[in-house]
Formats: sequence, C-alpha cells, structure tokens
Amino acid sequence: MSGERKLWGLLAEFTGPDRLAEACRGVRDAGYARWDAHTPFPVHGLEAAMGVRRSPVGWFVLGLGLAGAAGGMLLQWWTATTAYPLVISGKPLFSWPAFVPIMFECGVLGGAAGAVLGFLLLSRLPRPFHPLFASERFERFSDDRFFISIEAADPRFDRAATEELLGRLGAEHVEAIETGGSATAAARA
Amino acid sequence: MRPDAKPETSAAHQEVSLPAGAAEPPRAWGRKLPAVGFGLGAVALGASVLFAGEGARFYGSYLVAWLFAVSIALGGLFFVLLHHGARAGWSTVVRRLAEHLAATMPLLAVLFVPVALGLGELYPWARPEAAGDELLAAKSAWLDPGFFFVRAAVVLGIWSLLAWWFRRRSLAQDASGDPAISRRLKGLAAPGLIVFGLTLTVAAFDWIMSLDPHWYSTIFGVYFFAGSVVAVFATLILLALAARPVVGEAVTAEHFHDLGKLLFAFVVFWAYIAFSQFMLIWYGNIPEETLWYAHRTGPGWEGVTVALAVGHFVLPFFFLLSRAVKRRAATLVAGAVWMLAMHYLDLYWLVMPNLDPHGVHPHALDLTTLVAMVGFGAGAFGLLARRRALVPVRDPRLAESLSFENV
Repeated sequence: MSGERKLWGLLAEFTGPDRLAEACRGVRDAGYARWDAHTPFPVHGLEAAMGVRRSPVGWFVLGLGLAGAAGGMLLQWWTATTAYPLVISGKPLFSWPAFVPIMFECGVLGGAAGAVLGFLLLSRLPRPFHPLFASERFERFSDDRFFISIEAADPRFDRAATEELLGRLGAEHVEAIETGGSATAAARA
Repeated sequence: MRPDAKPETSAAHQEVSLPAGAAEPPRAWGRKLPAVGFGLGAVALGASVLFAGEGARFYGSYLVAWLFAVSIALGGLFFVLLHHGARAGWSTVVRRLAEHLAATMPLLAVLFVPVALGLGELYPWARPEAAGDELLAAKSAWLDPGFFFVRAAVVLGIWSLLAWWFRRRSLAQDASGDPAISRRLKGLAAPGLIVFGLTLTVAAFDWIMSLDPHWYSTIFGVYFFAGSVVAVFATLILLALAARPVVGEAVTAEHFHDLGKLLFAFVVFWAYIAFSQFMLIWYGNIPEETLWYAHRTGPGWEGVTVALAVGHFVLPFFFLLSRAVKRRAATLVAGAVWMLAMHYLDLYWLVMPNLDPHGVHPHALDLTTLVAMVGFGAGAFGLLARRRALVPVRDPRLAESLSFENV
C-alpha cells in the first residue's frame, strides 16, 4: 500500500492536568474548532476550559423515549382490541391502566436506546482506527501524559503558527501526525 | 484510622472561603419572621374558630392544613437524615434550612391537639355507632382512641427528638468544628431512617387512611412520604432563594439545579407510587378497596382527581425536565410554588372526600387554617433561624459543597 502522506494535524504533549487545562483555554481562545484533549482520567473543569458546548444527546433520549412509550401503548391497544380481542375479568378491551407499566418500560427502553445511539452517533463511534494511533508517544495518554490534538482540517490551522501556539502554551513536545500511504506502518515499525 | 474517617478529616483542613456575611445570622428574618408568622397564625386560627360553625368542616380543613405543615417538617427531617446517611457533600450549604424546618416539629406536635378534639367528627371508628360495624369491631384493638393518642404522641415525639438532636449537634459543630460530629451523625442517620420510615407509615395509616376505616392500602405510607419529599424540596428551593441576600454566592445555580433534579425525581416517584396504588386496586376490583377510588372518580371529585394527575405529574414532569428551567431562579421558583400548591391539593384529595363524598365544596376555613399553619411554621422557623448562621459554617464538607459543580 502506497500513496501520498498527508498532514492530519498536530499532537502536543503536556505533563499535568493543570497545564493541559491552561493550554486548552489558550487553544479555545485562539478560536480553533476541530481539536480535542486526551487525558488518562477525567479532569474537572476541562469542558469549560475547552469551551465544549452541552451535548444534544438529551434530545435523542426525549425523542426515542416518547416514541417508545407511544409505541408500547399502540402495540397493546392493537393486540388487545384488534389482533386478539379477549375480555379479561369483565373489563373493556382497551383497559389502559393495565397497559401503563408496559408503556413505561417501553419508554425507558426507548430512552436508554436514545442515549446509547445518540452518544455513538454524535461521537462518530464505533471508530476502529484513528490517525493519532500512529504516534508512539500518544500511547501514554492512557498512562501519565496529557495531550491536545489539533486537526489540519481546522480553518485556523497553519502548521507553523499552530505549532508556535502550542509551544507557547507550554507543550513539552509537538509532533506532526500524518495519514495516508504507509505512514502508519512506518510509525509502527 | 477507620477507612471512612479520611474524607472528613482531610476536608477539614481545606480552605473554606465563605462569601462575606454568609456566616452571620439572618437578622432580618429574626426580627420579622417570628412576629409576622405567629401573628398571622394566631389571627388565622382565631378566624378559623369563628368560622367553624359545624364541627366536621373545621376539623377536616384543619387536618389538611396541619398535615401540609407536618409533611414539610417531615420532609426536612428526611433530608437531614439522608444527607448524613449518604455522607452527601453538595447539600451541606442548604442542610441548615432543612434542620430548622424539621425542628418546627415540637410546635406542630402541640398543634395536633385540635385533631384530637375532633376525633369523633373526623374518624368514623371513633364514633359510638362503630361498635355495630363488624369490620370496625374487628379492627378496634388498633383503632382505639386511647391507643391512637399514644401512637400519635410516640411518632411526634420521635420525630421531634430526631430533629432536635440532629440540629443541636450540627449547631455544636458550628462552634467546635469537630469532624467527629459528622461521623457520629452519619452512624445515627441509618437507624434514624429506619425509624423514620416505620413511624411515618404508622402516622399515614392513622391520620389519613383511617378516615375511611374500611379501606386499606399497604403502599399508603409510601404515598404520603413521596408527597412530603416533593413538598420539602419545593420549600427548600424557596428558602434557599430567600436566603440568597444573607448567604450570597454560597448557594449557587449548581445547588438549585440539584434541588430541582431531586424535586423532579420525587414528582416522578410520587406518580409511580400513586399509580401503583391505583392500578392494583383497579385491577383487583374488590368492593371494599375500590370504594375509596369510586368516591374520588365519581361525580364531584373526578375533576380534582384528573387535575391532580395532570398538575402533580404530567405538567411538572415536562416543565422540570429541562436543565435551563432548573438553573434559572424564576422558573425553578415557579415550579416549586406550583408543586406546593399541588401538594396541598393532594392532601385535600386524600382527606376531604371521606367527609364530603359527593363533591368539592371549598370553604373559607380551607384558606384560614392553611394560613394559620403556614404562619405558625414560618414563625417557628424564624425563631430557630434568627441567632444561627444559615449554613453549617464549620462542617467538614462545606468546602466540597461550596465548590460543587454539576458535570
């Protein structure tokens, strides 16, 4: 497999959560949009430092939850009155109080499915490969190092200026990440 | 050192930066609240006695209003016990408000006296003709006036004692800053919660369920509990907002957000319990059980029943669902005031159809007794709050609570 190697972005390494948060503020204020932070553990206040907006995943939960509840009630209404009408203890065919528990459970199921599916969709998962995996140093993001990655696709990205910014924000090490061709194979080798 | 000893002692050494004035007693409350509250209460109670006329109506209205005040105090006690039992951090800044609310219990216990005076008017089992009723004769060992008074004295006494002790130790910690107090209260909270659950069930069965002594529902205590907790979170939201001028930024949008979340959660819990009770009785369709609902879904009361289902659950569910609503003071207060009104309606719906099965007949006494109880409650709260800081100033978890943020 061969082809042109292409710059994916820059990866900056930091030694502690406070330095990372400080640097995130700098990247945020510089107006970057396509970038991310990578840490070995959840860092309090990082969302604010990064300027991450609130996730719209709640709307998926609400939508699928209501759809689940409505679907559950509809299914019972149809089975009880049309598909298989059966009089139980002399009650009307459509005895809605008896159907509420199932409706509730279907609503919970729909809401939970909405949370999982919405999360996967919004974070573009599952994703078996990421260009950052090419970096040897990046493996320490699950151990004791803190990283910021800025994508070359960001409208504000400029290799020299961005590298300079990351250096100024206290990065210990800045690395260019490339994709395409045999770049990853070369990095792994 | 015990493993659970660590968080408290380490937190005690953390720097606590209370906003200026937050450690001061609320002088304005102390000056006005007791006089205004007790004054209003006395006038409204006097007016109630004047309006009383036929006895049953007065006692019914009085019972609803008294239960309203008692349920808020009980909810406050639950909040305090739960806070210590769960070693909660975030709620430390609002715990003192709940401690004062719970400590109004001794006064409310005294205000039980009119209920005792109206025993025969309120409770069919306390009337002479109950002797001819086979079911009531079989229940007479429990539903006996003397034993009823003993139980009321015991449960009101236990609640007063618990509320008094937890508040007293918390105030002692204001002076000493001793983290061992937090540990001791945590140990007491667990058995306290068990006693709380049992006594609350006895009270709900005695004071409300026995208004219709043929009827029974084993979940009834939980139903009363759910409504009480809804009421206390609504009250705490209003009190925390009222405390804002004194405590300033010690209570932030984050705390209101959490109080709002708990209000929302207990609105849902109330609906879950209310529906569980209804569905089982509807499904079984046994006459002695369904009659209670027949009175409430028949002509006269069906409108109130629907209003309660919509107003106590459907509307607040969708209203309080939003994060923005819970973080904005104006919208959260609207939700809290609405839920307190619905809680009153809930108690009204539990008590009144037993005295008046054929229809809703609002009466001036409903208002005057409510004003009396809220007035006495507010007056007692003012007395309890006036010389003390509104936040537990030296609680080991205060720092955690002050810097609390919802993720």
